[in-house]
Amino acid sequence: MSSPDGPAATGSTPSAWTPSARQRERDAYRRTRARRSTAVALLSTVTLAVVAVLGVRASPGWPRVRASFFDLDVALASLPAVLEGLWLNVRVMAVCAVVIVVVALALALARTVRGPAFLPLRLLATAYVDVFRGLPLILVLLLVGFGLPGLRLQGVPTDAVVLGGLALVLTYSAYVAEVFRAGIESVHPSQVAAARSLGLTRGQAMRHVVLPQAVRRVVPPLMNDLVSLSKDSGLISILGAIDAVRAAQIATAEYANFTPYVVAGVLFVLITIPLARVTDVLARRSGWLGAQSGLAGAGAMR
Amino acid sequence: MRTTRLTALAAVAALALAACAPVDEATAPADTATDGALPTLTDGVLTVATSNPAYEPWVVGDDPSSGEGFEAAVAYAVAAELGFAAEDVTWVEASFDQIIAPGAKSFDIAVNQVSISPERAENLDFSSPYYETTQAVVTLEGSPAAGATSLADLAEVRIGAMVGTTSLTAAQDAIDPTTAVSAFNDNDQVKQALTSGLVDAVVVDLPTALYITAAELDGGVLLGQLPDSAGGDTFGLVLDQGSPLTPAVTAAVDALREDGTLAALEEEWLTDAAGAPVLE
Repeated sequence: MSSPDGPAATGSTPSAWTPSARQRERDAYRRTRARRSTAVALLSTVTLAVVAVLGVRASPGWPRVRASFFDLDVALASLPAVLEGLWLNVRVMAVCAVVIVVVALALALARTVRGPAFLPLRLLATAYVDVFRGLPLILVLLLVGFGLPGLRLQGVPTDAVVLGGLALVLTYSAYVAEVFRAGIESVHPSQVAAARSLGLTRGQAMRHVVLPQAVRRVVPPLMNDLVSLSKDSGLISILGAIDAVRAAQIATAEYANFTPYVVAGVLFVLITIPLARVTDVLARRSGWLGAQSGLAGAGAMR
Repeated sequence: MRTTRLTALAAVAALALAACAPVDEATAPADTATDGALPTLTDGVLTVATSNPAYEPWVVGDDPSSGEGFEAAVAYAVAAELGFAAEDVTWVEASFDQIIAPGAKSFDIAVNQVSISPERAENLDFSSPYYETTQAVVTLEGSPAAGATSLADLAEVRIGAMVGTTSLTAAQDAIDPTTAVSAFNDNDQVKQALTSGLVDAVVVDLPTALYITAAELDGGVLLGQLPDSAGGDTFGLVLDQGSPLTPAVTAAVDALREDGTLAALEEEWLTDAAGAPVLE
């Protein structure tokens, strides 16, 4: 396998580098392997899909199921109401997400703050997280939604969306606080030691050294919580607000047909998938993603 | 090596899917018909579904098997008309979504204040109506809605109703309030929303309205009925689409209406028990 056609052999144009014959051979081999895996993957996926579709279509109840879940007329009739409900979901999610991040970060900081004087703060934050992470969201919604206004106190809101949002913030900030705490505690102690040795106070070290590293580490789990929130924002419907799921439920009862639920499901997936892609792009632009592959010897992670 | 294993895995998964897909409804109702008896789910037993919890005055004490309450009594009367003794009636629970779901049903008939509508009739079988009602507005003393005497007065207040009911659509259509009608899971939550101040007034069907103002709400006020341009809601027994029982059940309900049984049950459970005469 000696290669007389490489530029190195002639020596006339040493600047134009081309891969050696052996390298080209390797590349070609890798390409065939890649093509083969793609073909196999495609084949197995298509086979599975075909078998699944044939299996479902062959089942005796299929015509009935298709009429009940995939009725185009009902889908179109219910779409405006479901879309209007979805707009409520989006607004609730956007506002709650911001409040949750602020509250959760405060909780996480309260739990990680040192010093005996701060014991009550640490205890309070720990108790809060334990209680609201343990309580099912639906219970918090029912208790806050029907209980708080039931007290008939001055200034307590009686708006389903506000009360529901309050319950979402109470529950989700407990989850997100733990995510933040994990991120803060994952920053190596040497970072704090270095910051302190440079003369930064504890607060400055937290703000300028620990938090920036902690936040970028917890972006993926935060994303999970945001997607969860987008779906759970629909639970405020038990307090009377008409969100996408509730609008679909109303249409389902009206037509005695489940298609509106499918419509709502498709719409939810359509908003959460772009959400994930946008975060990926943001993270890549900030250099947060794929940082590991830059390490010597790590290569492209597979 | 890895791809071979993956292919094998895919093949196994595909086979498993194929094996479980075409399960036939082995117990199709028609197969169980013997010697001219009605082809019910279980031979000689009529399985009736209603919601859990079931509300008064439709079912007394959430126990339909007592036969007390209008719908429980109607179910036993229909069963008797069909030739089933009281002990041959079995009760099961079913939500509205379970009642309308395609596929094998857990009941022969469902009795749950389901209003008959052309849209629903495309996916369900209904018996002929066993009751006709209108929708009524209930509020509390001291509520912003308490002084309302017309639909226009109600347009400014917050209205609640149970999700998926004709009460909800009637409230939206007839009152057309400026804030959208709030939908709640069941009539317990509708009442709770009213007493908590989440809503100022609620819309329920007339018998329920009479019952909750008289017996359940502290300071409840029945404002009046919604105008009923569509001729009122009619409740029908629900059967699976294309059920072989539908003609017999419809005939039974018709017979009960003609011999005055339905009117008598209505008198007993809806008018007298609610402690208030039907408003004209």
